[in-house]
Amino acid sequence: MTETVFFYCFAALAVAGAILTVTMRNAVHCAISLIASLGGVAGLYLMLHAEFLFAVQIVLYIGGIMVLFLFVIMLVNLEAAARERQFHRSWVGGLLCAGGTGAMLAWFWLRGAGTLRLPPAVQPTPREGGNVESLAMVLFRDYLVPFELASLLLLVAIVGGVMMAKKRI
Amino acid sequence: MSEWFSQPWLIPLIVGACILLLSPLAVAFTVLLERKVLADMQARLGPMRVGPQGLLQTIADAVKLLMKEDTVPAEANRILFRLSPVVTFFTAATALTVIPFSGRFQVTDTNVALLVITAMSSVGILGIILGGWSSNSHYSLLGGLRSGAQLISYEVALGLSLVCGVMMANTLSMQGIVQAQMERGVWFAFDNFGLMLIPTMIFLIASVAETNRAPFDLPEAESELVAGFHTEYSGFRWGVYMLSEYISMFAIGSVLVTLFFGGWLRPFPNVAWLEIPFNYGAPVVIFGGFGLLCFYLTRKQPIRGYALGLAGVGALLWVAALVFLIPAFNREAAPVFWWALKLVTVLYLFIWLRGTFPRYRYDQLMNVGWKVLIPTALGAILLNAVVGMARAAR
Repeated sequence: MTETVFFYCFAALAVAGAILTVTMRNAVHCAISLIASLGGVAGLYLMLHAEFLFAVQIVLYIGGIMVLFLFVIMLVNLEAAARERQFHRSWVGGLLCAGGTGAMLAWFWLRGAGTLRLPPAVQPTPREGGNVESLAMVLFRDYLVPFELASLLLLVAIVGGVMMAKKRI
Repeated sequence: MSEWFSQPWLIPLIVGACILLLSPLAVAFTVLLERKVLADMQARLGPMRVGPQGLLQTIADAVKLLMKEDTVPAEANRILFRLSPVVTFFTAATALTVIPFSGRFQVTDTNVALLVITAMSSVGILGIILGGWSSNSHYSLLGGLRSGAQLISYEVALGLSLVCGVMMANTLSMQGIVQAQMERGVWFAFDNFGLMLIPTMIFLIASVAETNRAPFDLPEAESELVAGFHTEYSGFRWGVYMLSEYISMFAIGSVLVTLFFGGWLRPFPNVAWLEIPFNYGAPVVIFGGFGLLCFYLTRKQPIRGYALGLAGVGALLWVAALVFLIPAFNREAAPVFWWALKLVTVLYLFIWLRGTFPRYRYDQLMNVGWKVLIPTALGAILLNAVVGMARAAR
């Protein structure tokens, strides 16, 4: 019962935050809505017993990325950005596209509902130790090479970013 | 009645209430300690007028803050202006909930407790940045931007030095970290042939920067930015910012104490015969000593009421010292005492640093953070990992 209530709270927070992110006019308000949305997702992680993911979501997304977002938003000229019309004419076209895609998806889903099978809910497998340990085992033992390749990709992105930002190094 | 006492939610509830109710009081006396210690370092007396030896000065200040007019700048973003101090306060207070005050007294211990503290301190930045932005003042904005840049930079060094401690403990749970130090029989600061002193120092430096304290108090550098991000705040909201700054000092100091200095363990936790002299002797010596100091200072009070008050404080300290001699009380209270003693030592260190070092320039701050602390922390991780594995293999 409590879990259900919490689930709906977090889900509502995530969805409402996401909607407000794209509808608010002030860029800082958008960023704060996005923070709320990310916080809701973090809460959902916590309800799935993924404590590590919860903490990392908060540290990285809210504490790192969103702080940098706010940082940049404050540095740019907010006045000019706020004065620009954010709901311009093409919203009719956008609504049509979104509606069409939704209708198409709904049609396919209705036609093929029999063949569509959601996998049964996965029970969390309690491994030795906690959530952090099992994640470490997966990342650093079972899938070490893909993990390192991904970090190499990030390194390339960092070097590229520095190269673009700095003319002379 | 007895089953009521053994409920699992009872201790978390009491400890949580204590955190919320006692931390403002603890902050008040930390501020007093800071003013007194700084005054002593600068050959002054510090606050002396309100209460005996100025003991009630910060209480009076708090009352004054509550009475002051709460102004909001006309062009400010009102909602965010009101929300920001709240964010800062609640993140700081939430970080305290996973700190183990003793083996028993703790609100909760999750298996990612250390990460929760880092998460809370990184969310706390938002309160500062938004407070700086929503005031709609240039000084505030500059302070907020500086603080954002500074906290993000030093959080990296802080996290990397935490990794060293976590490698030694093999867990992220705060109680687990203390248990690991008990099993190894050495505080992590002195483990690995003293190599762990490097991350300890890095953590100390980065935590001074994380809590916006001198010599890294660039976000509120009063000689350039008036008061930085809280320039426009007054009265109670300003008080909440101060309060949360000191509470986050408690939290981060507790992390330092727990991860590197044994948390609530007494010194030499594995030497059994030291238990009686340490657990009984230290509180008696400290409380009794301060009690004697109070009795000595009663003679120097200007009015009779102050002398009586100070004698009362001394008597209370003596009562505390005597209560620590009761074995049943001592068993539960001695760990809390050791935690508090270590935390006060760390706080004293923070104050000492503030009294000693001039403020860094902004570019120096960034250089120290990115070019010295982070590479050193990475090297320390590598070194400690290699040495630790070699020791484990042997």
